[in-house]
Amino acid sequence: MTTPSNTVPQSPLESQITAPAVITASRRMYWSVRRELWEHRSVYIAPLAAAGVSLLAFLIALMLSPRHRHEPLDIPYEFAAALIMGTAFIVGIFYSLDALYGERRDRSILFWKSLPVSDLTTVLSKLAIPLIILPLLSFAIAVVTQFVMLLLSSAVLLGSGQSVGTLGSRMSFFHMSLMLLYHILTVHGLWYAPIYGWLLLISAWAPRAPFIWAFLPPFVIWGVEKIAFRTSHFLGMLQYRLTGPEPSTPARSGNMMEIMSALTPVQFLSTPGLWVGLAVAAIFLAAAVRLRRYREPI
Amino acid sequence: MPCIEARGLRKAFGTTVAVDGIDLRVEEGRILGLIGPNGAGKTTALNAILGLTSYQGQLRVLGRDPWTEREKLMRDACFIADVAVLPRWMRVWQALDYFAGVHPRFDRAKAEGFLAKTTIGRASKVRELSKGMVAQLHLALVMAIDAKLLVLDEPTLGLDILYRKQFYDSLLNDYFDRSRTIVVTTHQVEEIQDVLTDVMFINRGRIVFDCSMEEFESRYLEVMVNPEQIAAARALKPIHERQVFGRSILLFDRVERQQLAALGEVRTPSIADLFVAVLSNQSGAAQGGAR
Repeated sequence: MTTPSNTVPQSPLESQITAPAVITASRRMYWSVRRELWEHRSVYIAPLAAAGVSLLAFLIALMLSPRHRHEPLDIPYEFAAALIMGTAFIVGIFYSLDALYGERRDRSILFWKSLPVSDLTTVLSKLAIPLIILPLLSFAIAVVTQFVMLLLSSAVLLGSGQSVGTLGSRMSFFHMSLMLLYHILTVHGLWYAPIYGWLLLISAWAPRAPFIWAFLPPFVIWGVEKIAFRTSHFLGMLQYRLTGPEPSTPARSGNMMEIMSALTPVQFLSTPGLWVGLAVAAIFLAAAVRLRRYREPI
Repeated sequence: MPCIEARGLRKAFGTTVAVDGIDLRVEEGRILGLIGPNGAGKTTALNAILGLTSYQGQLRVLGRDPWTEREKLMRDACFIADVAVLPRWMRVWQALDYFAGVHPRFDRAKAEGFLAKTTIGRASKVRELSKGMVAQLHLALVMAIDAKLLVLDEPTLGLDILYRKQFYDSLLNDYFDRSRTIVVTTHQVEEIQDVLTDVMFINRGRIVFDCSMEEFESRYLEVMVNPEQIAAARALKPIHERQVFGRSILLFDRVERQQLAALGEVRTPSIADLFVAVLSNQSGAAQGGAR
């Protein structure tokens, strides 16, 4: 790749002989997503940093904890996962708001539009970051982080002469990872789709300050509804969207992971809110694709 | 099939009419210079041709409707909108990878060959490159695409003369052949006069002048008239007259060279001079009409 070929293109005729390469839709999508990752390195740096911080905090906890404990060591798996997932969620919000706005602001949209990549492919590749890449990436990072935590605490337990077996007593590591994956796929991949759809829509439309345009209208709607009808259905709807569907059997704690694990796939898939959300997301995205075609650099 | 064919092309932004009913036909293998003052509608017309903006009227580029088929059109057409649009975060190797990844007609080895002639490093970010190097990079990427139509909208804006010259030289020597079509707009008209095969003036959203360079050279002549013959020269109805260092330079359309040679020194005018002549006549006519 780095060896520059000194051959000047011989004759223009020769170049016409070379048949155009076949570029499939999936290949265009692949490169579009890679392009996003080149531009937005925070997509993987931020969750990695969150993992690093939580491991560091856990190390401090291990060092501070008394040497001879007889109760099973409490490993904050869920906190670590929550920290990483939360970071990914925040990164996803800021990413989505910038995705279609930034290219108009720096005029690079003119460059991207000079290539044979459709607006649909572009918007879908940008949606794939918060909806697929970030959840799967943060899942992988969370599992590795938890595994390192398990190794660390095993080492500490062995050092203090306790049986390592007590670690596995609460929940098997494999089972926990599976639950985390389920949570990620359902909540971050499907349930949050309309949130990211809304952010991408605003990002494609906003003449300036997409952050304000994304968050002010919901706030105003809430205020107007409260004053006019003295109700807060809209706020409830937003909360419902943020916290996820309620299981029919109440969970033991308010922890979102446990709420989700109490919700079977069948229950989840038969929640009307899921399908309403996906339909809304599809409308937002269709509008964003259309807007990208019409919008010009700012 | 003409490369670009427009009939009654029109685009308005609110009450401002940017392109006001343009008829245009660009055949394959031409290098067309689109010349016009700021705000004349050049960029809007080019944006319509490239599928970047919606329009009214009929427009076919390489047989396609650019607004609804931009993605397909961009397999055979490419453009440099201006030098500033390469994303600043991008590294040179990323641009090469990406082009090779999404463009069916991109020849990576060719692009590497062009870049090897410059001092641009593979790991450099666009933001670290000078303006001239960004233009070189963009041109290297675009020239490695085996496209039928290349559109350049002020591609050398803000570059120094060396880069500008190099830009057009490599475009002509390494890229252009009779099967490609190039449309270029620029304010540095003199520099591309020898490059063009056709020239078109656009003003207030309309095409006010359109001719091939062969026709241009046979039709228009400029004479630095000897002071004593100025009355005789004016009798031949020059289309424009200007003063340089106290001498009158008169521009003639379709007047025999021998006839003019008797009046003074004859030469082919620059496009810029003709442009000034056409535009000042036009605005004079417009004012005359308003009176």
